Amino acid sequence: MAAPIGNVVIPGDSFSLMQLKTPDEHKKILLGPGLKEEDTEIKVLRPGILRYRKPGVYWVDCHHKRYVPSKGDSVVGIVNQKVGDMFRVDIGSSEQASLSYLSFEGATKRNRPDVKVGDIVYAKLLVANKDMEPEIVCIDSYGRSSGMGVVRNGGFLFHTSLNLARKLLNPQCVLLKSLGNRFQFEISVGVNGRVWVKAGNDIQTIALVNTVIASEFKDNDQIKEMCKRISKAVSRMEVD
Amino acid sequence: MAAKQSAHLSKNVLQMKFMQRSVLRMEKEQNEEERQKIIDDEHWALDLQEYKTKESDFLENQSYTTCEELLFGRQSYQGFNPEIEKLMKVHSEEKEAQKSEQKEKEESVGDAEMAQRYSSLMGIIAKKFTKKRQRSEEKSNQNEDDEPSRKKFMKPSE
Repeated sequence: MAAPIGNVVIPGDSFSLMQLKTPDEHKKILLGPGLKEEDTEIKVLRPGILRYRKPGVYWVDCHHKRYVPSKGDSVVGIVNQKVGDMFRVDIGSSEQASLSYLSFEGATKRNRPDVKVGDIVYAKLLVANKDMEPEIVCIDSYGRSSGMGVVRNGGFLFHTSLNLARKLLNPQCVLLKSLGNRFQFEISVGVNGRVWVKAGNDIQTIALVNTVIASEFKDNDQIKEMCKRISKAVSRMEVD
Repeated sequence: MAAKQSAHLSKNVLQMKFMQRSVLRMEKEQNEEERQKIIDDEHWALDLQEYKTKESDFLENQSYTTCEELLFGRQSYQGFNPEIEKLMKVHSEEKEAQKSEQKEKEESVGDAEMAQRYSSLMGIIAKKFTKKRQRSEEKSNQNEDDEPSRKKFMKPSE
């Protein structure tokens, strides 16, 4: 019996190595969230749908609202506190993440970045350990910002489920592209379920937020249809 | 007891000729004690079976970002934020380059295969430049050497 790809798995389920498709003799299988290697078996830790991607990536797709930090994730956080050289940033995890003032592009000891309490930052997780405080940075390994840093100039931040945030960033999802064909806007999606949207005016921003929230359980065709309807409605409102 | 006694003996007494034997004995005892004190590396090694660390067949990566190949989270449309739009372009180009590179890797001929093909090709071309007589000589030589093996068409390996 092969591993039940695309089916529901429950914590405690286990498969042996034989049940998994191996990509190659020399390549390793990548176990994503919800799966753990134990002895010679693979145990399921979360209830959800078992997913597989070539070449040899397995993970469990399940509904989340609480963000669990993992290394390399891009998140949207809110600066809550300034403690000495660090900022405490709320990224939705059980503990606040720390962000050093030196981990901004062009920041030096003398030249501090302009970050205030209440600012929204787009950052990457550098340290994500279950026993330690997560640490985020706003630069890549070359010291460039590459799109990270403080997100300024208004806009609207809202919280979604983690699934929706991932759906928005999935290459197969058409929502942002079809909205982009109709509206002029900017969006920052963190995999921690925080989404920041800014459009030309308030009507558009509200419409975009509602569209994003409504798209959680819609497929691509329904999303296209909805985008068409929304853009019509918005253009009518703007005329009035 | 001897060690305790000798502790009281003075240096001068020990230097006397009749004491030489006991001095040697004392030295020997002392050396043995010191040797016991010096702990060799084996002392620290537990006498257990060798702990086997088998290399795992799995890489545990707890991030959805890599599993689902998620896009970069900041996006801008219709020139709302040109900076971000530039970044998006770079990201998509990078991804395309990666894809084409992978495709090329899959389709191209490997080094080993290339070498094998060339070596077989060399034989064929070399034959072309030998004269007829040489060829027939070679053939007769071969016939003498071993049983005549008919050359078969070699199926080109993919």
